[in-house]
Amino acid sequence: MEAIQELEGHTDRVWSVAWNPVASSSNRSVLASCGGDKTVRIWEGDCSDSSSSSSSSSWSCKAVIDSFKRTVRSCHWSPDGKLLATACFDGIGAVWEDVGGDYECVATLEGHENEMKSIAWSASGTLLATCGRDKSVWIWEMEAENDFQTVSVLNGHSQDVKTVLFHPTEDILVSSSYDNSIKVWAPDPNGDDWSCVQTLAEPNQGHSSTVWSVAFDADGKRMVSCSDDLLLVVWDTSTNPLESSWLSFIILLPLIFKFCLFRKHLCTLSGYHERTIYSVHWSRRSGLIASAAGDDAIRVFAEANDPSYTSRAVFSMVGKQQKAHSTDVNCVRWHPKDDDILASAGDDGLVKLWRILS
Amino acid sequence: MALQNANPVIHERKATRRQRPSIGDESAAEEIDALEVFDILFLGLDRIWPRDIRDPEHPYSLEQLNVLAEEGIEVDDKQSYVRVTFTPTVQHCSMATLIGLCIRVKLMHSLPPRFKVDIRVAPGSHSTAAAVNKQLNDKERVVAAMENPYLAQTVRDCLAPPEEYE
Repeated sequence: MEAIQELEGHTDRVWSVAWNPVASSSNRSVLASCGGDKTVRIWEGDCSDSSSSSSSSSWSCKAVIDSFKRTVRSCHWSPDGKLLATACFDGIGAVWEDVGGDYECVATLEGHENEMKSIAWSASGTLLATCGRDKSVWIWEMEAENDFQTVSVLNGHSQDVKTVLFHPTEDILVSSSYDNSIKVWAPDPNGDDWSCVQTLAEPNQGHSSTVWSVAFDADGKRMVSCSDDLLLVVWDTSTNPLESSWLSFIILLPLIFKFCLFRKHLCTLSGYHERTIYSVHWSRRSGLIASAAGDDAIRVFAEANDPSYTSRAVFSMVGKQQKAHSTDVNCVRWHPKDDDILASAGDDGLVKLWRILS
Repeated sequence: MALQNANPVIHERKATRRQRPSIGDESAAEEIDALEVFDILFLGLDRIWPRDIRDPEHPYSLEQLNVLAEEGIEVDDKQSYVRVTFTPTVQHCSMATLIGLCIRVKLMHSLPPRFKVDIRVAPGSHSTAAAVNKQLNDKERVVAAMENPYLAQTVRDCLAPPEEYE
């Protein structure tokens, strides 16, 4: 791995970064970052540019959103790249729109009792999910333009919820928690409420400590989770939990338990990380998995050449950047179009861009 | 408020602090050892106990109560690693999380940022040790706690320099 840019501007730890999926191309990219300095920063530049001096670099901070009261924990672009959603420790979610270089708040999502920790768009861009310290997961629907209504308030986790993430193609939501579990949520058959269809926890080869983050592969057939227990776990998500819970439930109850639940776990990657793994991301294009951890390192994993999902999946580490940041690395995100480029965020207040050398 | 521990066992204070070697050159100044971490902690932490127990009869320090001892501090300067183990005086001490939070904040402000810090209650010393340890080592929860004005003030009060303390 080679460092190509250091984006300086945040005055406290950077918690999260997000590439704009539409505005980012091979010669111009847009990246949002947020953190403990209560700001969101929008960066723009050329990923092929690796000039280190700031005067000649094509990268610059195009906008700063500084109207937050507390830490901004996460940010996520809508699938069409037009709206940026943010989760703030003041408990409020916000949706921002670029109006000629300035970012204007077009909607707020209020309902969580305290710290909101994660916010995520669905694949269709019509739903938002949020979660936080009050142990709940909320689903919001855009009814008219920028008018969000609560669809469902989901209580199931027994501790604060760290991350929410939608499946890349279907309306299925995954949440991960301080209670060590991952929960899978799906809409009820009549569509007006959501419920938990599966819990991935320690008894079925899940995590033994806080699950900080999850990521799907390109088609959503597999998912990877990362945890304070220093493990990455790869899950088979090719079975639609909706079908398995409602259609097959009545007819094939014994089979569900045998094949659906217990065949979910694919493999565990252990022995690589030395401290808490805060973030994991699966490249939509190259199939590589990147992880960010409290041991200051970024690691990259690749699957061994066996594309068959039914046989045992094997992943191995193909790259490691020691001291990627001078402190904890909180987030890693692959570029949506250029599969060699990775962005990271650290406690040192920096956003860094990396090129993966093959 | 009822006392957490009405009859605490009092341990003798060490008669004299070990003399620190005078810091001459730069490289010596950058090295961190257990005694230094101990001194950093006792600059502020000693006052948590008498203050919150609110008992003028028992103005004991954490050291006298054996909550924190030098043996509980492990420092690996080369690996930039510190582990602090403290012992709440009673199994159900509700102050454990606050004491741990103060330890973390104090070290966060005093140690170079390269240090990784783990904080835990001594094994077997607390009825909910696993929960306390998990909370103290989740940096997101620590940050959220310190953004809470009431908690932040409580920690600041605990860690206030001696002249600000009555």
